[in-house]
Amino acid sequence: MSKNGTGIKAIAPKIDEEALKSVSKVPSFWKVLKREFKVDKLAKTCLVILIIIFAIVLIGSFILNQEEIMKINLRNKYKAPGKEFILGADIGGRSIAGQLLIGGRNSILIGIAVTILTSGIGVVVGLIVGYYGGKVDSIIMRICDFISILPTTLLIITFVVVIPKYTMWHFIFIMTVFYWVGMTRLVRSKALSENRKDYINASKIMGTSDLKIMYGSILPNISSIIIVDLILSFAGNIGIETGLSFLGFGLPPATPSLGTLVSYARTPGAMSNKLWLWLPASLLILVMMLCINYVGQAFRRASDAKQRLG
Amino acid sequence: MWKTILRRVLLMIPQLAILSVIVFVFGQMMPGDPFTGLITPDMDPLVIEEIKEKNGLNEPIPVQYKNWIVKILRDGDFGRSYTYKMPVATLIGERAKNTLWLSLLTLILTYLIAIPLGIYSGRYQNSHLDKAVIVYNFVSYAIPSFILALIFLLIFGYRLGWFPTTGSVEIGIPKGTFAYFRSRLHYMILPAITAAILRTTGTIQYLRNEVIDAKTQDYVKTARSKGVPTNKVYTHHIFRNSLLPIAAFFGFTITGLLSGSVFIETIFSYSGMGELFITSINSRDYAVMNTLVLLFGFLTLTGSLLSDIIMTIVDPRIRIE
Repeated sequence: MSKNGTGIKAIAPKIDEEALKSVSKVPSFWKVLKREFKVDKLAKTCLVILIIIFAIVLIGSFILNQEEIMKINLRNKYKAPGKEFILGADIGGRSIAGQLLIGGRNSILIGIAVTILTSGIGVVVGLIVGYYGGKVDSIIMRICDFISILPTTLLIITFVVVIPKYTMWHFIFIMTVFYWVGMTRLVRSKALSENRKDYINASKIMGTSDLKIMYGSILPNISSIIIVDLILSFAGNIGIETGLSFLGFGLPPATPSLGTLVSYARTPGAMSNKLWLWLPASLLILVMMLCINYVGQAFRRASDAKQRLG
Repeated sequence: MWKTILRRVLLMIPQLAILSVIVFVFGQMMPGDPFTGLITPDMDPLVIEEIKEKNGLNEPIPVQYKNWIVKILRDGDFGRSYTYKMPVATLIGERAKNTLWLSLLTLILTYLIAIPLGIYSGRYQNSHLDKAVIVYNFVSYAIPSFILALIFLLIFGYRLGWFPTTGSVEIGIPKGTFAYFRSRLHYMILPAITAAILRTTGTIQYLRNEVIDAKTQDYVKTARSKGVPTNKVYTHHIFRNSLLPIAAFFGFTITGLLSGSVFIETIFSYSGMGELFITSINSRDYAVMNTLVLLFGFLTLTGSLLSDIIMTIVDPRIRIE
C-alpha cells in the first residue's frame, strides 16, 4: 500500500497549477488592448490627445457662460486674434475660442448620442435577426438594403428644412433613422456565424432561454468587434454632423457646432485674410478624426489575433 | 445570368416607388405648391384658386400622388423652378452636364492614383513606399471631405494661386473653342483631385491585400517557375486578377461620387447638381429640391444595380437564382 503510494508520488511531476492556469487562460480583451497600446506608441499618444481635448472642451464649456459668449457685440466685429480674444472674434464680435469650446462640446455630445442610439438599435435588432433568422431576417434585411441605397445626405437636408420648429432632437432622430443599418448588418453577420458553433447548440439543448443565449453567450463573444465599430462610427458620426452643420443643415442655429464654425470659411474674405474664423475649428475636427480613427484601429487590431502588434 | 439581371431590375421598381412616396410626403409638408413659380404679386387670388382647381391640387392626396407620378412618367414634367423661372427638367439637365464631367475626371484621377499605389504597395510590402501609402490611406479615410476641400482650396487656390477658387468656367470665353475646354479643365482639376483623394482609400486597400494574397497563389508560382519575368507576372497575371473586383465596385464608386458632390461642388462653387441642390434649398425652391432627391435616389439605385450586374458577370458564383 505505502509502496504504491510513494511510487505514484514519485512519478507525478510537480505542477504549479496556478502558473499553468494563468498561462492557459485566454487574456481578456482589455488586457490585450493594454498591451496593444503599450507597443503602439502613436496610438497611446492619440488616446492622450483625445482625452485632453475632451477634458478641455467639456470642462471649459461647463465653466464658460454660454450666453455671455453668444452675446453680439458689434464693436468687436472680426477682431483679429490678440490680447482680448485669443482666437479672434466673428462677425458678431463673439469670441471664436469660446465658440470652439461650446461647438466642440455640442459636436462631441451629439456624436456620442447618435452612436449610442444607432449602436443600441443595431445590437438589439442584429442579435434578434441573426439568432432567429428566417422571415424576420429577410424582412429586416430588405429594409436595411433599402435604407442604404437612399440618398441619405439629401434626405436629411430635406427633412431638416421641412420640419417646423426644428431642434437638436430632430437631428439626432433623423441621423438614427439612417445610420442604424451599419451596426445591424455587422452584428447580424457575427451572430449568424456564432450561432452555428457548438457551444450555442449545447446551450440550446440544455434548455437555456433564447434571451439568455443572445445576451449571455453571443453578445459577450462578439463584444470586441462591437466596441471597435462603436469607436469608428463615433468618428463617422462627428464627421457627418459637422459636415451637415457646415452646409447649414445640421444642428439648429441655437446650438452651434464645430461645423457651424467651419462654415464661416464661406463668408467673404475668410479665405484670404480672416483665417482665424474657421481654421481652428477645422483643425480641431481634423485632429479629433485622426486620433479617434487611429485609436479605433488599435482597438481593431486588439480584437483580431491575426493583426496584433503586442 | 439574364434572369438574375431581370430580377434585380424588377426589384428596383418597388424601391423607386417607396422613394417617390417619401419625396411626395416631404413635398406635401413643404409650404407652397407647384404653381408658386408662376404666381406674381398682382394676380387675383380667385385666378390662383382656379388654376389650383384645374390642376387637381384640391383633390385627395392619393389622387394627387397618382397625377404627379403620371406626369413625371408620361411627360417628364417635374414642375417649374421658382427662382430660375424655367422647367425643372431643363435646369437640372444643364447642371447635370457639369456634374457628369466633374465625376468623369474624378473617376479617372481616382484610378490613376489608386491603381499604381495599391499595386506597388502590395508588391513591395513593408517597404518605405508601402508605409507611406498606409499613412496616406489612413489620413484620406479619416479626414472629412469638407475639411480636405477647404484646406486644398486655401493652399492651392488662395495661397499658391494655382487654381481658380470659384465657378466652373471663365466668363467671356466662347463655347466650343479649345480655350473654353482648357478653362473648363482648369476649373475642374482642384475639385476633382479633392474628390479623387477621398475616394481612393477602398481601392488601394483592396488592391494591396489582393496583390499580397496573390503572391503566394499557385498561378503566380506557376508563372514564375515557367520563367515569366517578375514585372510581367505583376502587370499581366496579378493585375488582371485583382482588377476584376474593383470593376465590380465601379457602380458604388459612382454612387459615392454623386453624394459627395453636394460638399465638393458647394465648397468650390462649381455649378453642378450638388450645388444646385443647396442653392435650391436655401431659396426654398421645392420643385427643384424634390426632383433632385428623386434623381439622386434613382442614380444611387442604378449604381448599385450596375455593381450587381458587373459582379455577376465577373463572378458567376454570386448569381441569384
